[in-house]
Amino acid sequence: MLEIKNIVKQYSGHRALNDVSMTIPKGKIFGLLGPNGAGKTSLIRIINQITAPDSGEVLFNGEKLSGKHISQIGYLPEERGLYKKMEIGEQMLYLAQLKGMSRSDAENKIRYWFKKMEIQTWWNKKVEELSKGMQQKVQFVSTVLHNPSLLILDEPFSGFDPINAEIIKNEILELNQNGATIIFSTHRMESVEELCDSIALLNKSEKILDGTVKEIKNSYKTNSFKVEYIGDLKNINGDFTFHFKVKSDEEMDGNRTAVFDLHSYQTANELLSALISRVQIVKFEEVIPSINDIFISSVN
Amino acid sequence: MNKILLIIQREYLSRVKKKSFLLVTFGVPILIMLMYGLVFALILKGDKFEESKKIVVVDDNNYFEGKFKNTANLNFEFSDEGLEDSKKGFLKGDADFLLYLPKFENNKPSGIQMYGEKQPGFVLIDDVEEKLEILIRDKKLIASGIDTTELNNLKTSVSIDTKKITETGEEESSSGATSFIGLLFSILIYMFIFVYGVQVMRGVTEEKTSRIIEVLISSVKPFELMMGKIIGIAMVGLTQFLLWIVVTVALGSVASNFIGGNPAEQFSKSAQTELSQGSEKMKAANSETDPAKMVMDSLSTLNFPLLLSCFLIYFIGGYLLYSALFAAIGSAIDSDSDSQQFMFPVTVPLILSIIVSSNYIIRFPDSPVSFWFSIIPFTSPIAMMTRIPFGVPVWEIILSIILLIFGFIGTVWFAAKIYRTGILMYGKKPTFKELGKWLFYKN
Repeated sequence: MLEIKNIVKQYSGHRALNDVSMTIPKGKIFGLLGPNGAGKTSLIRIINQITAPDSGEVLFNGEKLSGKHISQIGYLPEERGLYKKMEIGEQMLYLAQLKGMSRSDAENKIRYWFKKMEIQTWWNKKVEELSKGMQQKVQFVSTVLHNPSLLILDEPFSGFDPINAEIIKNEILELNQNGATIIFSTHRMESVEELCDSIALLNKSEKILDGTVKEIKNSYKTNSFKVEYIGDLKNINGDFTFHFKVKSDEEMDGNRTAVFDLHSYQTANELLSALISRVQIVKFEEVIPSINDIFISSVN
Repeated sequence: MNKILLIIQREYLSRVKKKSFLLVTFGVPILIMLMYGLVFALILKGDKFEESKKIVVVDDNNYFEGKFKNTANLNFEFSDEGLEDSKKGFLKGDADFLLYLPKFENNKPSGIQMYGEKQPGFVLIDDVEEKLEILIRDKKLIASGIDTTELNNLKTSVSIDTKKITETGEEESSSGATSFIGLLFSILIYMFIFVYGVQVMRGVTEEKTSRIIEVLISSVKPFELMMGKIIGIAMVGLTQFLLWIVVTVALGSVASNFIGGNPAEQFSKSAQTELSQGSEKMKAANSETDPAKMVMDSLSTLNFPLLLSCFLIYFIGGYLLYSALFAAIGSAIDSDSDSQQFMFPVTVPLILSIIVSSNYIIRFPDSPVSFWFSIIPFTSPIAMMTRIPFGVPVWEIILSIILLIFGFIGTVWFAAKIYRTGILMYGKKPTFKELGKWLFYKN
C-alpha cells in the first residue's frame, strides 16, 4: 500500500526523520510506535502531504505520492479540532467536499454514519455544544466519511470512555475488514497487540525496529518458561541432576510460580519432564515478551 | 480551484449568516443616520439647545451701556453699582456671569474680567471678546471721525472659484469641497482594510487554535486555504458595503419624505437664514458662496466613473495586499492577544498614509511626497484616492495600479511562506528572526 523510502526531514536545529524506510502492507493494521518526539508526527505529516520530505520518497500503491491521493487518505490527527461555532452537519459536508466528494454523496454518507453512531440528532448542533468525547466521535466520522483506502489514526482512543472506545475499535476493525489499510499511532501498547498486524518503532528520528507483531515477539523471545506448580522446589539448587536455571520462584495465589531461563540447547520438554518428577504442575507456558516490554527495552 | 471555491463559500456563508453581521449591516446605517441627524440638528438649532445666559456688566468707562446687543443666547444687563457691590448682588441674583470692564485706554484694553460661579465656555468668551473688539473699534473710528455704517458697507466677502483647463478647451470647476470626496473614499478603504484584515487574522488564528488546521491542510494546500479565506472575507465586506449603500439610500429617502424635502437643501436654506441674521462679518454672504450649493455644484463636475473604478481597484488591491499580511500574522500566533507585536509594523504604513492623506496630500496634492505616497503599494490605495479628485496624470494612476498588483502578489507570496509554516507551529511566540527563517523553509 505504502512504501516509505529513505525519508529525511530536517527542521532548523534538528533532524526529525533520518533515513527512515518502511513498507505498510495493504489491508493490514500497521502500528507506528515510538516515544514522544521520535518523529511519528513528522512522518504522518509527510504521508498526508502536509509537509514534504527533504529527500526520499513515498509510493502509494506503487505511484509517487501526489495530490490525487489526498481523497484516498483519511487522517485523524492527535490534536483534534473542528470549527467550534459551525453546525455539525454543515461541517461534515464541508470536510467531505474538501476531500473531493460531491455534496449529495457526502450527505448520504453522513446520514449513514450518523445513524450508525446513533448521533442523528446532532446535525444542527454546534460543536461547542458537545462534550469532548462526543466531539471525538464526530471527528472520527469526519475522518472516514469519504471511504479512504488508507486511514491514518493518531491516538484514536484518547478521550473516549471505555464504551465508546470499544465502538470506535469495532468500527476500525470493520473498516479494515472492508479493505482499508490502517496506520495506527499510539502509546497504548495493549491496543497495539490487540489490533496491529505489523509495527514499526521509531526512536530519536530513526526506525529501530519493524516487522509483523508475531515476528518481532518471536525474535525477542528469551527461551524462558513459566511454571505454576504445587509442591516444593526449595532444595533444587543442591540437586545436581536438575540443570535448569531458575530466574524466579515465588508464591502466588496459593500456588508457586517459577520462571526458568533455558539455554539454547535445552528444550521445553526436557524442563517439563525434569519438573514432573518433582512437583505437581498446574500451568506451563512460554514467556513471550509484550510489545510494551520490547518498546521499553528497545528505546532504552 | 474547486476547493478554493468551497473554502470561499464557507468563509462567506459562515460570516454572513451570523446574527452579528445582520446587526452591524442594518444597525450601522441607522446609527450613522441618527448621528448625522443629531449633527444637523445641532448645526441648525444648536443655539436653541443652549440656555440663554444673563451677563451683568459693570462698566467703569461709562461708555458701553446700551451698546451690547442682546442675542438669543446672551442677555446683557448693566449695573450701576461698583464692582464690589455688584459681586455681592451677583451671588444673590439670577445672573450667570459678571463682566467687569475697568477704565482702559482704547489702545490697551486690559484688566477685563469675567466672573461666574461656573467656568464660561470658550464660545461664550469668544463671543463677548468679539463684541468688545467691534465696539472698541467703532469707538476708535468715531473718535477719528468715520461713520461705522459707512465702514460696514465697505466690507466684502471674497470666495475664489476654481476652474480647470483641459486640452479639449473645456473648463470645469472642481476643488474646494470636492476634494473631500477623495478623502472620504480613502477613509473607507482604510476602514475596510483594518476591519476585514483583522477578521482574516482572527479566522486564521481560530483555525490554528481549534486545531482543525491539520485536518484542513491534509485536504487542501495551505495556499488555497489562505486565499479562500482572504477572498471569502473580502466578499463579506463587499456585501456589507453594498447593503450599507442600499440601506442608507432607502433610509435617506424615507427620512427626506418624512422631513419633506432634501436635507441638503434644507441645510443650505436654514444656514442662509442663520447667516443673514448672524454676525456682521458674514452679512455680505450671498447665494453664490452658499456652501451647500458649492458642494452640489462641484460634485456634479467630478469624474465619477474614474473615481469609482479607481476606488474599486484600490479598495480590492489594498485589501488583498494587507489581508495577506494579516493572514501571515494570524498564522504565527496562538491567540489574538499575541498579535500586537506583529500588527504594529503592518499597521504603521496604513495609519501613516491616512494621516498624511488627510493632513498633507489634501493640501499639497501634487507635491513629491504626495506622489510617492500614491505610488508605493503600501500607501497608494489610500493616498491615491485622496489625490484623484484634484486630477492625477493617467500614467501615474497606471503605474500606481501596476505596482499595487505586484505589491499584492509579493505580499501574498511572502505571507503564504510564513503561513504554511506558522499554522503548524505551537507554543512559543516566534520572533521576527524566526519568521524570516520560515520564508526559506522548504514546505
